[in-house]
Amino acid sequence: MSSQTSPQSTQMKKEDPDLKRFLEILNERTKDLNPKISIDKYGRAIYIEISNEKLHELAERLSKLGIDHVKSVTGVDYPSENKIELLIHAGSYLRTLRKYTVIIKSFLDRSSPKTRSLTDVWPSAEFQEREAWEMFGIYFEGHPDLRRLLLPEDFEGMWPMRKDFMIKTRRPGEVEGPWK
Amino acid sequence: MEVDRESSNDFLSNLSQELFMIRETGVREEGERLIELQIGPAHPGSGHMRILAWVDGDIVVRCDPDIGFVHRTIEKLSENRAYIKTIPLVERPSLLDTTPMTIGYVNAVEKLMGIEAPPRAKYLRTILAEITRIASHFYGIGILAIFLGHSTGFMWAFGDREVMIELATMLTGARITYAYVIPGGVRRDMPQNFPDQVEKGLRYIERRLKDWEKLFLNNPVVERRLRDIGVLKPVMARRLGITGPNLRASGVDYDVRMAEPYEAYDEIDFMIPVAEEGDAYARGLVRFKEIEQSISIIRQAIKKIPDGDIISPQISRLFNPLMKKIYAETRRVKFPSLLATLKPPKGEAMARVEAGRGEALFHIISDGSTNPYRFRFVTPSFRNVILFKYLIPGHRLADIPAIYGSIDYFPPEADR
Amino acid sequence: MERGVVFVGDINIFIRRLVRSLVEKKPIRDLIDWAVAYSLWPVHLMTSCCGVELAGGYSPRYDLERYGSLPFVSPRQTNLIIIEGTLTRKMARVARITWEQMADPKFVIAMGACAIDGGLFWNSFNIVRANEVMPVDVYIPGCPPRPEALASAILALQDKIRKVGIKREDIEILRKYVEK
Repeated sequence: MSSQTSPQSTQMKKEDPDLKRFLEILNERTKDLNPKISIDKYGRAIYIEISNEKLHELAERLSKLGIDHVKSVTGVDYPSENKIELLIHAGSYLRTLRKYTVIIKSFLDRSSPKTRSLTDVWPSAEFQEREAWEMFGIYFEGHPDLRRLLLPEDFEGMWPMRKDFMIKTRRPGEVEGPWK
Repeated sequence: MEVDRESSNDFLSNLSQELFMIRETGVREEGERLIELQIGPAHPGSGHMRILAWVDGDIVVRCDPDIGFVHRTIEKLSENRAYIKTIPLVERPSLLDTTPMTIGYVNAVEKLMGIEAPPRAKYLRTILAEITRIASHFYGIGILAIFLGHSTGFMWAFGDREVMIELATMLTGARITYAYVIPGGVRRDMPQNFPDQVEKGLRYIERRLKDWEKLFLNNPVVERRLRDIGVLKPVMARRLGITGPNLRASGVDYDVRMAEPYEAYDEIDFMIPVAEEGDAYARGLVRFKEIEQSISIIRQAIKKIPDGDIISPQISRLFNPLMKKIYAETRRVKFPSLLATLKPPKGEAMARVEAGRGEALFHIISDGSTNPYRFRFVTPSFRNVILFKYLIPGHRLADIPAIYGSIDYFPPEADR
Repeated sequence: MERGVVFVGDINIFIRRLVRSLVEKKPIRDLIDWAVAYSLWPVHLMTSCCGVELAGGYSPRYDLERYGSLPFVSPRQTNLIIIEGTLTRKMARVARITWEQMADPKFVIAMGACAIDGGLFWNSFNIVRANEVMPVDVYIPGCPPRPEALASAILALQDKIRKVGIKREDIEILRKYVEK
């Protein structure tokens, strides 16, 4: 499929028969959960937006289809809309599905974000969910061992990755005093 | 496309039962016969992380990695900086193979902006990525050797790594952190004598690999310490989401360069080395074989490299006349100010690359301003941390350095 | 006459005072400084990403062992600590404990831009500066500095020890012990 003079450019690849078939099966299996499925223009990432109560059911159906591991679980903070968006990247080790990444998005309430843990469907989400907990405050119900992972034990202050945790943006004046 | 599986609760409890049955630890309850050890950060066998091990006699019963000693909050910092200032930030976690990380980030930015690098730039990026991959694998082999006590292996590995660093210095001007890849192309062209020097360097490495076989791979002490230690079965590797040479040593031939080709990888023939046993020896062996494959990739790329521009025309039309003159005479790219404060359109983009240790993922959400709104960045070492929890229990205490060295975990990369 | 009394009566105190005055005099003091300068052994504490250049410094190409420094495992038997790279809060506690375990006279080299003033990560909430944790003797700029820069820093430290001497506080401790 490569052209003669230049390597394959990352242009639109809508004529991919594997992708079409996968999307058909996906649509058929998950019709009752009412997801919003779209693909990006390069034909490699599949975005699924779903509401929070049906997330676990969608995860079980995806894992039966062959998506067998999670690459990343994190959140995006939208303080103006009072929402935190849960962003999950999942993929597959099977030969036919390797090139696609499934990106699942679901909105949580910002004042108390809670969702059901996905470690019983995808065990690879264990450490990812711990990081999402300590950075955003998203509580995963059913996680076997939810505690902090990267920050020190005596860290004070709230969840660091939220937008209201400010860090310095301008360089301070002088170097501080000598050693203690 | 049906995959039938048992539910994962049964899987994990079966797994721990299996490990206990194999080793017969005979543990009654915690607190009676268990001692908790902290193999702390100031220990030569642990690097900058802490391993908490609960031991019963000499057998490890439970293991818990305590990471975060090098957590530099890159994702938070990138929300305050322009897009192009994040390129050095993305390089710093995985200091050994810096180029695949920058390629991934720049690919995501290019997808957001809708531009593409010219073919010559893609080949140059590929050559540099493979050079750093060889350097990174030598570092991994050196650390595995020093954890076993094989200090000759450490010295040889670092000496051979210098050859590759010297080649990279010829191409970019810096030893380890280059910041060579920018959105739209690369910053410099390769000098005239570069293909000859590369050929000399590669021939030296090939001769040394034969010596390495005699010294390290066929060494009875090394084999005794690494065979059948830390066996990772393919089913477990798939469930835990492992990536990189650890996965390929368990029988799964998953490599992002073949699954979703980026840059110039779909015009170059190479194979993916796969081993079947999944023990620590196989993981070391796979790294040696990957060095051989990288050598062949570099040779093909040097032969096939096309002539042309090294920066995309959408950026070079923003040059002012002085920049155009410098580019025409010495083939170096100076940044136009619009590139330094670029504002991509609203949207999101995702890119994946294969770094030396596995698959790295980059996801950028932009809201139209000069700083990214959210930059998510997952490194392969962060996905491999889970191996500490599930692979070490059941082994003796002295096997912890052997397992640690063989999974090639680099703490600054995992903590970002 | 007084001296005769001391000689006959308290030989312990006389010999201690004699030894102390000899040790502070030029030839033996220079000998001690020379010995300390050429046996600076760094402890094996890797703080952050400049550790790659530290390991490269002890590799066959830039052999730093010929200056007398050998990386050793235990903090109680070494007298140099090289802080390379960024000090996060978790690691700063560990570095301080390691520094306090080392015996006098001890020296500190701060390597890299991150140890000087924060470097590339200056506005992160999780880092501390090296001179807030322990007193620093030599700074090396660079990101990461070349192993040759590390070699020149060790040579500079050796010059400093031979010219200025090991810290005067150690002589104070000796004097307090003698006069007790």
